[in-house]
Amino acid sequence: MKRVTPAGLARGAAVTAAGLAFPLLVTAPYLMTIAIFTVMYAALATSWNLLGGFSGYLSLGHAAFFGVGAYAEAIVFTHIGIGGGYRPFAMVPLIGLGVAVAAIPIAIVFLRVRGATFAIVTISLLFIVQLLAFNLRSLTNGAQGMSMAIPPFPVATYERPFYYAMLAVFLGSVLCCWIVSTGKLGLMLFAIRDDEDRAHGLGIRVTAAKVIAFCVSAGLFAMPGAIWAYYEGFIYPQFAVDPLVTIGAVLMAFLGGRGTIWGPMLGALILVPAQQYLAYSQGASQLYLIGYSAVFLVIMLLMPRGIIPSLRDLAVSHNPFDRPAGNGESKPSTSGVSP
Amino acid sequence: MTALLESESLTKRFGGIAALDSCSISVAEGNITALIGPNGSGKTTLFNLVTGYLPADSGSIAFAGRSVRRPHPASLYRMGLCRTFQQPRVFSNLTVIENMAAAILQPWGSLLRSRVRSSDRSRALEVLDDFGLTRLADAPAGTLSFGQRKLLEFATVLMGRPRIILLDEPTSGVNPVMIEIMERHIRELHQQGLAFLIVEHDMHVVMRLCDPVIVLDHGAKIAEGAPAAVQSDPTVLDAYLGA
Repeated sequence: MKRVTPAGLARGAAVTAAGLAFPLLVTAPYLMTIAIFTVMYAALATSWNLLGGFSGYLSLGHAAFFGVGAYAEAIVFTHIGIGGGYRPFAMVPLIGLGVAVAAIPIAIVFLRVRGATFAIVTISLLFIVQLLAFNLRSLTNGAQGMSMAIPPFPVATYERPFYYAMLAVFLGSVLCCWIVSTGKLGLMLFAIRDDEDRAHGLGIRVTAAKVIAFCVSAGLFAMPGAIWAYYEGFIYPQFAVDPLVTIGAVLMAFLGGRGTIWGPMLGALILVPAQQYLAYSQGASQLYLIGYSAVFLVIMLLMPRGIIPSLRDLAVSHNPFDRPAGNGESKPSTSGVSP
Repeated sequence: MTALLESESLTKRFGGIAALDSCSISVAEGNITALIGPNGSGKTTLFNLVTGYLPADSGSIAFAGRSVRRPHPASLYRMGLCRTFQQPRVFSNLTVIENMAAAILQPWGSLLRSRVRSSDRSRALEVLDDFGLTRLADAPAGTLSFGQRKLLEFATVLMGRPRIILLDEPTSGVNPVMIEIMERHIRELHQQGLAFLIVEHDMHVVMRLCDPVIVLDHGAKIAEGAPAAVQSDPTVLDAYLGA
């Protein structure tokens, strides 16, 4: 199997070019804010997908890592005094690395359980981290939150550095997902997702594969948190470690197609602007929440496996020359990786 | 002939029911050993214990002369002990060739290498060719028929360079042509020195392929010997017919 295909390369180049060009074409601050959050959720959903999509371990507590990333940035800024301007951005990869390493013992303990139990255990992590943020007052200021100085960026292009930082993290997450999914590690994770017991029986290093996926996913999930903290300027425990962050990322990955490379990004591109638009136009009546869930429900009813896998199935079923060579008694199935 | 796989006084209880009751068996190197018995006699439980899928309550297991204190499916596979299941278990969302590649033992350094390297692909295709599955190499395993999945599951374990394969009802639910193919492969692999322990209900297959035959009933071994001797053993007849 070729790792680099012309179509894949074209998709990557198109997304990168569009991402880089967007701030040059659109300058309205409110649109830039929406773009920052869209790219942030694309990065979060993509990094969640590395664990939840590839291995089938549905973590609902990844917001804990987002919060740790946010607090790490604020703590480094406040207690160590790294300075303002572009310097806090330099901390982002280090924070990601630190969170990935710190996640190793958590992964070893949590990954002893599967399915719904794993999902519930990860929720507990979220609340543990939130409680720590509230109670480690000397470090986090507790409920009063932490602040970071507003960077001296030009007003007209204030959002750009944050946008490009988010974009870099997003593209890095996509690159990680691509390397994993087209490699042996991806094969191991997809095998685990299909049948973990069978994977054990074929000598696959199941625990190692899961721990690596968990830690890389956690590290990547923390990085947008660090940028978010700097962008917001103020962080509070209930917003930095917010279950809605995980839920948003998970919904986007499911919507676009979990286990795919570009599905989570597609989910973010649909849901974040839709949410912002509906909140803006229907905000006073709160009806936007109904509209937002309706968008999601309609797509999930029509495309239960997500947009990209469903479209791929549709394309295969309309192309008689591209059908699997089996007897076709089962439903069309996807190979683990896809666009 | 030296014993390749041995179980000594294996016991497994599920609540008040003893699925295996102090069961000892031995599979010699290079033999095709059958494990038969009525439904619920403990055959699959024994398979699950010796392959590490279930922990035994008591007893011991030895493989290739080494005592296996904490049997685990992955470590046993790496030692050369592989198994198939009564209901074939394949990775449905992976292609046939990816199923084969997943079963190849990989060093740590290969984690980020290509999913299916050309050397793995050619080795997998060789085995698939023997099983008549080459044309399905790039099809998702979930689209294969039941019989094809059985063949794929069998072919997959060969990628791990096994010394013994435990087959759980390899011919159940498959057509006579597929049974013939399965038998041919077992014979050919046996001639290459591979040992088999086979759970099978089709007595014709057992009589044609296996020697010796071990009979279980109520979790205990009640007979062992040549197929003809076992077939006429009154204890065995009693267990099967309840006479």
